[in-house]
Amino acid sequence: MANNYYDPKDLRKFGKITQWSEELGNKFFDYYGKVFEEGALTAREKSLIALAVSHTEQCPYCIDAYTKDSLERGVTKEQMMEAIHVGAAIKSGATLVHGTMMMNKVNKLEM
Amino acid sequence: MAKLKQQSLRKRENQLASANRQLEILNSGIFADGELPTFAKKIKQTNQFPLRPKKLEILQINVGYMCNQVCEHCHVDAGPDRKEIMTWQTMQKCLEVIKNTGAHTLDLTGGAPEMNPNFRRFVEKASQAGIKDFIVRSNLTIIRANKKYHDLPQFFKKYNIHVVSSMPHWTRGKTDKQRGEGVFDMSIKALEQLNAVGYGMPGSSLKLDLVYNPNGAYLPGDQASMEKEFKSALLADFNIQFHHLFAITNLPISRFLDYLIASENYEEYMYQLVEAYNPAAVQNVMCTNTISISWDGYLYDCDFNQMLDLKLASKITHINQYNESILSNRNIVISQHCFGCTAGAGSSCQGVVTT
Repeated sequence: MANNYYDPKDLRKFGKITQWSEELGNKFFDYYGKVFEEGALTAREKSLIALAVSHTEQCPYCIDAYTKDSLERGVTKEQMMEAIHVGAAIKSGATLVHGTMMMNKVNKLEM
Repeated sequence: MAKLKQQSLRKRENQLASANRQLEILNSGIFADGELPTFAKKIKQTNQFPLRPKKLEILQINVGYMCNQVCEHCHVDAGPDRKEIMTWQTMQKCLEVIKNTGAHTLDLTGGAPEMNPNFRRFVEKASQAGIKDFIVRSNLTIIRANKKYHDLPQFFKKYNIHVVSSMPHWTRGKTDKQRGEGVFDMSIKALEQLNAVGYGMPGSSLKLDLVYNPNGAYLPGDQASMEKEFKSALLADFNIQFHHLFAITNLPISRFLDYLIASENYEEYMYQLVEAYNPAAVQNVMCTNTISISWDGYLYDCDFNQMLDLKLASKITHINQYNESILSNRNIVISQHCFGCTAGAGSSCQGVVTT
Protein backbone atom coordinates (compact mmCIF):
# COMPACT_ATOMS: atom_id res chain seq x y z
CA MET A 1 0.00 0.00 0.00
CA ALA A 2 1.36 3.40 -0.98
CA ASN A 3 1.86 6.16 1.55
CA ASN A 4 -0.84 8.26 -0.05
CA TYR A 5 -4.45 7.33 -0.73
CA TYR A 6 -4.54 8.69 -4.27
CA ASP A 7 -1.99 7.88 -7.00
CA PRO A 8 -2.57 9.20 -10.58
CA LYS A 9 -1.19 5.90 -11.93
CA ASP A 10 -4.10 4.04 -10.32
CA LEU A 11 -6.43 5.56 -12.93
CA ARG A 12 -4.73 3.32 -15.52
CA LYS A 13 -5.70 0.31 -13.38
CA PHE A 14 -9.41 1.12 -13.44
CA GLY A 15 -10.06 -1.53 -16.10
CA LYS A 16 -8.57 -4.17 -13.80
CA ILE A 17 -11.56 -3.75 -11.45
CA THR A 18 -13.13 -6.55 -13.54
CA GLN A 19 -10.48 -9.03 -12.36
CA TRP A 20 -12.10 -9.64 -8.98
CA SER A 21 -15.67 -9.60 -10.22
CA GLU A 22 -15.71 -10.09 -13.95
CA GLU A 23 -19.44 -10.15 -14.57
CA LEU A 24 -20.28 -7.06 -12.53
CA GLY A 25 -17.18 -5.24 -13.77
CA ASN A 26 -18.01 -5.89 -17.40
CA LYS A 27 -21.64 -4.88 -16.87
CA PHE A 28 -20.45 -1.62 -15.35
CA PHE A 29 -18.06 -0.83 -18.22
CA ASP A 30 -20.66 -1.72 -20.85
CA TYR A 31 -23.12 0.62 -19.15
CA TYR A 32 -20.47 3.32 -18.70
CA GLY A 33 -19.44 3.16 -22.37
CA LYS A 34 -23.05 3.28 -23.54
CA VAL A 35 -23.86 6.29 -21.36
CA PHE A 36 -21.11 8.35 -22.99
CA GLU A 37 -22.04 7.55 -26.59
CA GLU A 38 -23.55 10.31 -28.74
CA GLY A 39 -27.30 10.35 -28.16
CA ALA A 40 -29.85 13.07 -27.56
CA LEU A 41 -26.85 14.82 -25.99
CA THR A 42 -23.54 15.09 -27.81
CA ALA A 43 -20.47 13.34 -26.40
CA ARG A 44 -19.08 16.83 -25.81
CA GLU A 45 -22.07 17.88 -23.70
CA LYS A 46 -21.81 14.65 -21.73
CA SER A 47 -18.14 15.28 -21.11
CA LEU A 48 -18.92 18.71 -19.63
CA ILE A 49 -21.64 17.25 -17.38
CA ALA A 50 -19.15 14.58 -16.26
CA LEU A 51 -16.56 17.27 -15.55
CA ALA A 52 -18.98 19.23 -13.36
CA VAL A 53 -20.09 16.10 -11.48
CA SER A 54 -16.45 15.04 -11.06
CA HIS A 55 -15.95 18.22 -9.07
CA THR A 56 -19.08 17.96 -6.96
CA GLU A 57 -18.09 14.35 -6.19
CA GLN A 58 -14.53 15.58 -5.62
CA CYS A 59 -13.13 12.56 -7.44
CA PRO A 60 -9.48 13.24 -8.46
CA TYR A 61 -9.47 10.41 -11.00
CA CYS A 62 -12.62 11.73 -12.64
CA ILE A 63 -11.32 15.32 -12.70
CA ASP A 64 -8.11 14.09 -14.34
CA ALA A 65 -10.01 12.00 -16.90
CA TYR A 66 -12.74 14.50 -17.81
CA THR A 67 -10.47 17.53 -17.99
CA LYS A 68 -8.46 15.64 -20.59
CA ASP A 69 -11.61 14.34 -22.28
CA SER A 70 -13.01 17.89 -22.50
CA LEU A 71 -9.76 19.18 -24.02
CA GLU A 72 -9.84 16.35 -26.56
CA ARG A 73 -13.33 17.43 -27.57
CA GLY A 74 -12.23 21.03 -28.11
CA VAL A 75 -13.91 22.43 -24.99
CA THR A 76 -12.35 25.74 -23.93
CA LYS A 77 -11.15 26.44 -20.40
CA GLU A 78 -13.85 29.11 -20.04
CA GLN A 79 -16.53 26.52 -20.83
CA MET A 80 -14.97 24.06 -18.38
CA MET A 81 -14.91 26.64 -15.59
CA GLU A 82 -18.54 27.61 -16.24
CA ALA A 83 -19.55 23.95 -16.02
CA ILE A 84 -17.78 23.64 -12.67
CA HIS A 85 -19.59 26.75 -11.42
CA VAL A 86 -22.88 25.08 -12.31
CA GLY A 87 -21.85 22.14 -10.15
CA ALA A 88 -20.66 24.45 -7.36
CA ALA A 89 -23.90 26.47 -7.49
CA ILE A 90 -26.03 23.34 -7.15
CA LYS A 91 -23.80 22.03 -4.37
CA SER A 92 -24.01 25.31 -2.39
CA GLY A 93 -27.69 25.73 -3.26
CA ALA A 94 -28.34 22.25 -1.97
CA THR A 95 -26.71 23.21 1.32
CA LEU A 96 -28.50 26.51 1.59
CA VAL A 97 -31.95 25.25 0.67
CA HIS A 98 -31.79 23.06 3.78
CA GLY A 99 -31.84 26.33 5.68
CA THR A 100 -35.60 26.23 5.21
CA MET A 101 -35.66 23.14 7.44
CA MET A 102 -33.79 25.07 10.10
CA MET A 103 -36.21 27.98 9.71
CA ASN A 104 -39.22 25.65 9.99
CA LYS A 105 -37.79 24.08 13.12
CA VAL A 106 -36.98 27.45 14.71
CA ASN A 107 -40.47 28.75 13.88
CA LYS A 108 -42.04 25.66 15.43
CA LEU A 109 -39.98 25.72 18.60
CA GLU A 110 -39.89 29.42 19.39
CA MET A 111 -42.75 31.20 21.08
CA MET B 1 1.37 41.77 -37.71
CA ALA B 2 1.67 38.52 -35.83
CA LYS B 3 4.18 38.35 -32.98
CA LEU B 4 5.67 34.90 -33.32
CA LYS B 5 8.13 32.86 -31.34
CA GLN B 6 11.52 33.44 -32.77
CA GLN B 7 13.79 30.41 -32.95
CA SER B 8 13.88 26.74 -33.87
CA LEU B 9 15.39 24.08 -31.59
CA ARG B 10 18.30 23.91 -34.03
CA LYS B 11 19.02 27.62 -33.73
CA ARG B 12 18.78 27.40 -29.93
CA GLU B 13 21.22 24.47 -30.05
CA ASN B 14 18.71 22.39 -28.09
CA GLN B 15 19.78 18.72 -27.87
CA LEU B 16 16.42 17.67 -29.32
CA ALA B 17 17.40 19.25 -32.64
CA SER B 18 19.39 16.03 -33.07
CA ALA B 19 17.47 13.11 -34.60
CA ASN B 20 19.75 10.67 -32.78
CA ARG B 21 18.98 12.21 -29.41
CA GLN B 22 15.24 11.99 -30.13
CA LEU B 23 15.56 8.32 -31.06
CA GLU B 24 17.61 7.66 -27.94
CA ILE B 25 14.77 9.05 -25.82
CA LEU B 26 12.13 7.09 -27.75
CA ASN B 27 14.09 3.85 -27.32
CA SER B 28 14.98 4.24 -23.65
CA GLY B 29 13.16 4.68 -20.33
CA ILE B 30 9.67 3.18 -20.24
CA PHE B 31 10.27 1.35 -23.54
CA ALA B 32 13.69 -0.07 -22.60
CA ASP B 33 12.66 -1.39 -19.18
CA GLY B 34 9.57 -3.12 -20.55
CA GLU B 35 7.04 -0.90 -18.76
CA LEU B 36 5.51 -0.26 -22.19
CA PRO B 37 5.87 -2.47 -25.27
CA THR B 38 7.86 -1.11 -28.20
CA PHE B 39 5.97 -0.44 -31.44
CA ALA B 40 7.63 -3.47 -33.05
CA LYS B 41 6.49 -5.70 -30.18
CA LYS B 42 2.97 -4.29 -30.31
CA ILE B 43 2.51 -4.88 -34.04
CA LYS B 44 4.00 -8.36 -33.67
CA GLN B 45 1.22 -9.12 -31.17
CA THR B 46 -1.34 -8.27 -33.84
CA ASN B 47 0.58 -10.09 -36.62
CA GLN B 48 1.41 -6.90 -38.50
CA PHE B 49 5.20 -7.09 -38.33
CA PRO B 50 7.08 -6.21 -40.47
CA LEU B 51 5.04 -3.30 -41.71
CA ARG B 52 5.04 -3.40 -45.50
CA PRO B 53 3.97 -0.84 -48.11
CA LYS B 54 0.81 -1.33 -50.18
CA LYS B 55 0.07 0.42 -53.46
CA LEU B 56 1.79 3.82 -53.65
CA GLU B 57 -0.86 6.55 -53.63
CA ILE B 58 0.82 9.68 -52.30
CA LEU B 59 4.11 11.38 -53.09
CA GLN B 60 4.81 13.89 -50.34
CA ILE B 61 7.54 16.38 -51.09
CA ASN B 62 9.00 18.59 -48.38
CA VAL B 63 10.37 21.57 -50.30
CA GLY B 64 12.14 23.08 -47.28
CA TYR B 65 12.05 23.68 -43.56
CA MET B 66 11.87 27.48 -43.74
CA CYS B 67 8.64 28.87 -42.30
CA ASN B 68 7.28 32.25 -41.23
CA GLN B 69 5.96 30.65 -38.02
CA VAL B 70 7.60 28.80 -35.14
CA CYS B 71 4.75 26.66 -33.80
CA GLU B 72 5.06 25.01 -30.38
CA HIS B 73 4.23 21.53 -31.62
CA CYS B 74 6.05 21.55 -35.00
CA HIS B 75 7.51 18.14 -35.86
CA VAL B 76 9.71 19.73 -38.53
CA ASP B 77 11.30 22.27 -36.15
CA ALA B 78 10.56 24.73 -38.92
CA GLY B 79 11.07 28.47 -38.67
CA PRO B 80 12.51 31.57 -40.33
CA ASP B 81 16.01 30.48 -39.29
CA ARG B 82 15.90 27.13 -41.13
CA LYS B 83 17.83 27.37 -44.37
CA GLU B 84 17.22 23.87 -45.76
CA ILE B 85 15.47 24.61 -49.07
CA MET B 86 14.98 22.30 -52.05
CA THR B 87 17.00 23.49 -55.04
CA TRP B 88 15.59 23.80 -58.56
CA GLN B 89 17.89 20.97 -59.58
CA THR B 90 16.28 18.61 -57.02
CA MET B 91 12.85 19.90 -58.02
CA GLN B 92 13.58 18.90 -61.60
CA LYS B 93 14.39 15.39 -60.38
CA CYS B 94 11.07 15.42 -58.52
CA LEU B 95 9.29 16.50 -61.70
CA GLU B 96 10.70 13.49 -63.56
CA VAL B 97 9.40 11.23 -60.77
CA ILE B 98 5.99 12.95 -60.77
CA LYS B 99 5.64 12.40 -64.53
CA ASN B 100 6.13 8.65 -64.16
CA THR B 101 4.67 7.88 -60.76
CA GLY B 102 1.72 5.57 -60.15
CA ALA B 103 0.67 7.81 -57.23
CA HIS B 104 -2.59 9.75 -57.66
CA THR B 105 -1.78 12.43 -55.07
CA LEU B 106 1.05 14.94 -54.89
CA ASP B 107 1.41 16.58 -51.49
CA LEU B 108 3.72 19.60 -51.07
CA THR B 109 4.71 20.46 -47.54
CA GLY B 110 7.38 22.31 -45.56
CA GLY B 111 7.96 24.59 -43.54
CA ALA B 112 5.93 26.99 -45.53
CA PRO B 113 6.33 25.53 -49.05
CA GLU B 114 5.45 28.90 -50.56
CA MET B 115 8.72 30.33 -49.18
CA ASN B 116 10.79 28.19 -51.52
CA PRO B 117 11.83 30.69 -54.24
CA ASN B 118 11.01 28.14 -56.95
CA PHE B 119 7.65 27.15 -55.46
CA ARG B 120 5.46 28.70 -58.17
CA ARG B 121 7.61 27.44 -61.03
CA PHE B 122 7.50 23.96 -59.52
CA VAL B 123 3.71 23.99 -59.03
CA GLU B 124 3.20 25.15 -62.61
CA LYS B 125 5.35 22.35 -64.04
CA ALA B 126 4.04 19.67 -61.66
CA SER B 127 0.44 20.54 -62.46
CA GLN B 128 1.09 19.52 -66.09
CA ALA B 129 1.83 15.93 -65.05
CA GLY B 130 -1.85 14.99 -64.76
CA ILE B 131 -1.81 14.23 -61.03
CA LYS B 132 -5.39 13.74 -59.80
CA ASP B 133 -5.09 15.46 -56.42
CA PHE B 134 -2.45 18.17 -56.00
CA ILE B 135 -2.18 19.28 -52.36
CA VAL B 136 -0.32 22.25 -50.96
CA ARG B 137 -0.08 22.42 -47.16
CA SER B 138 -0.36 26.13 -46.49
CA ASN B 139 -0.12 27.56 -42.98
CA LEU B 140 -2.56 30.39 -43.99
CA THR B 141 -0.58 33.22 -42.36
CA ILE B 142 1.94 33.11 -45.22
CA ILE B 143 -0.79 34.54 -47.47
CA ARG B 144 -0.86 37.64 -45.24
CA ALA B 145 2.84 37.68 -44.27
CA ASN B 146 4.11 39.72 -47.20
CA LYS B 147 2.65 41.47 -50.24
CA LYS B 148 4.32 39.01 -52.58
CA TYR B 149 2.16 36.22 -51.12
CA HIS B 150 -1.19 38.09 -51.14
CA ASP B 151 -2.18 36.61 -54.52
CA LEU B 152 -1.60 32.98 -53.46
CA PRO B 153 -5.36 32.19 -53.40
CA GLN B 154 -5.62 33.18 -57.08
CA PHE B 155 -2.44 31.25 -57.86
CA PHE B 156 -3.78 28.13 -56.12
CA LYS B 157 -7.04 28.49 -58.04
CA LYS B 158 -5.25 28.78 -61.38
CA TYR B 159 -3.61 25.38 -60.88
CA ASN B 160 -6.59 23.79 -59.12
CA ILE B 161 -4.53 23.19 -55.99
CA HIS B 162 -6.15 21.38 -53.08
CA VAL B 163 -5.34 23.62 -50.12
CA VAL B 164 -4.85 21.96 -46.72
CA SER B 165 -4.31 24.40 -43.87
CA SER B 166 -3.60 24.21 -40.17
CA MET B 167 -6.18 25.64 -37.77
CA PRO B 168 -5.80 24.25 -34.26
CA HIS B 169 -9.01 25.74 -32.88
CA TRP B 170 -11.96 27.95 -33.72
CA THR B 171 -11.03 30.35 -30.92
CA ARG B 172 -8.27 32.95 -30.90
CA GLY B 173 -6.79 31.98 -27.52
CA LYS B 174 -6.12 28.32 -28.28
CA THR B 175 -4.83 29.02 -31.78
CA ASP B 176 -2.42 31.78 -30.77
CA LYS B 177 -1.08 29.77 -27.84
CA GLN B 178 0.07 27.02 -30.18
CA ARG B 179 1.05 28.99 -33.27
CA GLY B 180 1.99 32.47 -32.04
CA GLU B 181 0.23 35.71 -31.12
CA GLY B 182 -1.84 37.15 -33.95
CA VAL B 183 -1.90 33.92 -35.96
CA PHE B 184 -5.63 33.43 -35.49
CA ASP B 185 -6.60 36.82 -36.92
CA MET B 186 -4.19 36.44 -39.84
CA SER B 187 -5.52 32.94 -40.53
CA ILE B 188 -9.11 34.22 -40.57
CA LYS B 189 -8.15 36.91 -43.08
CA ALA B 190 -6.41 34.33 -45.26
CA LEU B 191 -9.45 32.03 -45.08
CA GLU B 192 -11.66 34.98 -46.12
CA GLN B 193 -9.42 35.47 -49.16
CA LEU B 194 -9.58 31.77 -50.02
CA ASN B 195 -13.39 31.74 -49.65
CA ALA B 196 -13.60 34.88 -51.82
CA VAL B 197 -12.06 33.08 -54.81
CA GLY B 198 -14.28 30.02 -54.25
CA TYR B 199 -12.14 27.81 -52.00
CA GLY B 200 -14.06 25.79 -49.41
CA MET B 201 -17.50 26.89 -50.55
CA PRO B 202 -20.29 24.31 -50.58
CA GLY B 203 -20.22 22.41 -53.87
CA SER B 204 -17.00 24.12 -55.00
CA SER B 205 -14.37 21.98 -56.73
CA LEU B 206 -11.70 24.20 -55.16
CA LYS B 207 -10.95 22.06 -52.12
CA LEU B 208 -10.07 23.69 -48.81
CA ASP B 209 -9.55 21.39 -45.84
CA LEU B 210 -8.37 22.30 -42.36
CA VAL B 211 -6.05 20.39 -40.08
CA TYR B 212 -6.72 20.22 -36.36
CA ASN B 213 -4.13 19.02 -33.92
CA PRO B 214 -4.44 19.17 -30.14
CA ASN B 215 -3.05 22.05 -28.16
CA GLY B 216 -1.17 19.95 -25.67
CA ALA B 217 -0.55 16.51 -24.24
CA TYR B 218 -3.84 14.90 -25.22
CA LEU B 219 -5.24 13.08 -28.24
CA PRO B 220 -7.59 14.57 -30.82
CA GLY B 221 -11.29 14.02 -30.27
CA ASP B 222 -13.64 12.44 -32.77
CA GLN B 223 -12.90 13.96 -36.20
CA ALA B 224 -16.53 14.16 -37.36
CA SER B 225 -17.69 15.88 -34.14
CA MET B 226 -14.78 18.31 -34.26
CA GLU B 227 -15.54 19.12 -37.90
CA LYS B 228 -19.12 19.94 -36.92
CA GLU B 229 -17.94 22.26 -34.12
CA PHE B 230 -15.36 23.97 -36.34
CA LYS B 231 -17.85 24.49 -39.16
CA SER B 232 -20.58 25.93 -37.03
CA ALA B 233 -18.23 28.25 -35.05
CA LEU B 234 -16.27 29.56 -38.06
CA LEU B 235 -19.47 30.17 -40.00
CA ALA B 236 -21.28 31.89 -37.11
CA ASP B 237 -18.34 34.02 -35.96
CA PHE B 238 -16.56 34.84 -39.23
CA ASN B 239 -18.71 33.59 -42.10
CA ILE B 240 -15.86 31.22 -43.07
CA GLN B 241 -16.51 27.96 -44.91
CA PHE B 242 -14.32 24.92 -45.58
CA HIS B 243 -14.79 21.33 -46.70
CA HIS B 244 -13.27 18.80 -44.31
CA LEU B 245 -11.40 18.78 -41.04
CA PHE B 246 -8.46 16.40 -40.62
CA ALA B 247 -7.74 15.54 -36.97
CA ILE B 248 -4.05 14.78 -36.57
CA THR B 249 -2.32 13.40 -33.47
CA ASN B 250 0.84 15.18 -32.34
CA LEU B 251 3.74 12.75 -32.63
CA PRO B 252 6.32 12.71 -29.84
CA ILE B 253 9.21 14.11 -31.83
CA SER B 254 11.05 17.42 -32.24
CA ARG B 255 9.38 20.47 -30.64
CA PHE B 256 6.41 18.48 -29.35
CA LEU B 257 8.78 16.01 -27.69
CA ASP B 258 10.63 18.96 -26.18
CA TYR B 259 7.32 20.28 -24.83
CA LEU B 260 6.30 16.85 -23.47
CA ILE B 261 9.57 16.46 -21.58
CA ALA B 262 9.71 20.05 -20.30
CA SER B 263 6.10 19.87 -19.05
CA GLU B 264 6.65 16.40 -17.52
CA ASN B 265 3.94 14.93 -19.73
CA TYR B 266 6.11 12.56 -21.78
CA GLU B 267 5.45 9.28 -19.94
CA GLU B 268 1.74 9.91 -19.51
CA TYR B 269 1.42 10.85 -23.20
CA MET B 270 3.23 7.69 -24.31
CA TYR B 271 0.89 5.66 -22.08
CA GLN B 272 -2.09 7.30 -23.77
CA LEU B 273 -0.73 6.51 -27.23
CA VAL B 274 0.06 2.90 -26.38
CA GLU B 275 -3.26 2.33 -24.59
CA ALA B 276 -5.14 3.75 -27.56
CA TYR B 277 -3.27 1.44 -29.99
CA ASN B 278 -5.68 0.30 -32.69
CA PRO B 279 -4.61 -2.59 -34.98
CA ALA B 280 -7.20 -1.46 -37.57
CA ALA B 281 -5.36 1.87 -37.86
CA VAL B 282 -2.10 0.01 -38.59
CA GLN B 283 -3.72 -1.42 -41.74
CA ASN B 284 -4.16 2.05 -43.24
CA VAL B 285 -1.37 4.04 -41.70
CA MET B 286 0.02 6.56 -44.20
CA CYS B 287 3.52 5.10 -44.53
CA THR B 288 1.87 2.13 -46.27
CA ASN B 289 0.78 4.28 -49.23
CA THR B 290 3.20 7.24 -49.15
CA ILE B 291 6.77 8.09 -50.02
CA SER B 292 8.20 11.22 -48.47
CA ILE B 293 10.95 13.17 -50.26
CA SER B 294 13.12 15.62 -48.33
CA TRP B 295 14.47 18.99 -49.48
CA ASP B 296 17.78 17.33 -50.36
CA GLY B 297 16.18 14.46 -52.29
CA TYR B 298 16.37 11.64 -49.74
CA LEU B 299 13.46 9.20 -49.45
CA TYR B 300 11.53 8.27 -46.31
CA ASP B 301 8.45 6.31 -45.30
CA CYS B 302 6.81 9.49 -43.98
CA ASP B 303 7.52 13.10 -43.04
CA PHE B 304 8.04 12.07 -39.38
CA ASN B 305 10.71 9.53 -40.32
CA GLN B 306 12.27 12.26 -42.43
CA MET B 307 12.63 14.47 -39.35
CA LEU B 308 14.14 11.55 -37.41
CA ASP B 309 16.50 10.89 -40.33
CA LEU B 310 15.20 7.32 -40.65
CA LYS B 311 15.82 6.76 -44.36
CA LEU B 312 14.04 4.07 -46.37
CA ALA B 313 15.19 0.52 -45.69
CA SER B 314 15.95 -0.05 -49.37
CA LYS B 315 19.00 0.04 -51.59
CA ILE B 316 17.32 3.12 -53.04
CA THR B 317 17.42 6.01 -50.62
CA HIS B 318 17.65 9.03 -52.93
CA ILE B 319 15.53 10.50 -55.69
CA ASN B 320 18.46 10.19 -58.13
CA GLN B 321 17.94 6.40 -58.06
CA TYR B 322 14.12 6.49 -57.79
CA ASN B 323 12.43 3.27 -58.87
CA GLU B 324 8.91 2.55 -57.64
CA SER B 325 8.95 -1.20 -58.19
CA ILE B 326 12.15 -1.65 -56.17
CA LEU B 327 10.85 0.72 -53.49
CA SER B 328 7.64 -1.26 -53.11
CA ASN B 329 9.72 -4.19 -51.86
CA ARG B 330 10.84 -2.88 -48.49
CA ASN B 331 10.03 -2.99 -44.81
CA ILE B 332 8.79 0.25 -43.28
CA VAL B 333 11.14 1.74 -40.69
CA ILE B 334 9.43 2.09 -37.30
CA SER B 335 10.07 3.39 -33.82
CA GLN B 336 7.99 4.40 -30.81
CA HIS B 337 6.77 7.64 -32.44
CA CYS B 338 4.67 5.40 -34.72
CA PHE B 339 2.22 4.88 -31.83
CA GLY B 340 1.04 8.41 -32.70
CA CYS B 341 -0.36 7.23 -36.04
CA THR B 342 -2.07 4.12 -34.65
CA ALA B 343 -3.84 5.62 -31.62
CA GLY B 344 -7.63 5.63 -31.60
CA ALA B 345 -9.06 6.23 -35.05
CA GLY B 346 -5.50 6.56 -36.35
CA SER B 347 -3.78 9.63 -37.73
CA SER B 348 -2.25 10.64 -41.03
CA CYS B 349 -1.73 13.78 -43.10
CA GLN B 350 -5.28 13.08 -44.35
CA GLY B 351 -6.69 12.79 -40.82
CA VAL B 352 -8.12 9.60 -39.33
CA VAL B 353 -7.41 6.30 -41.11
CA THR B 354 -10.35 4.22 -39.89
CA THR B 355 -14.08 4.69 -40.26
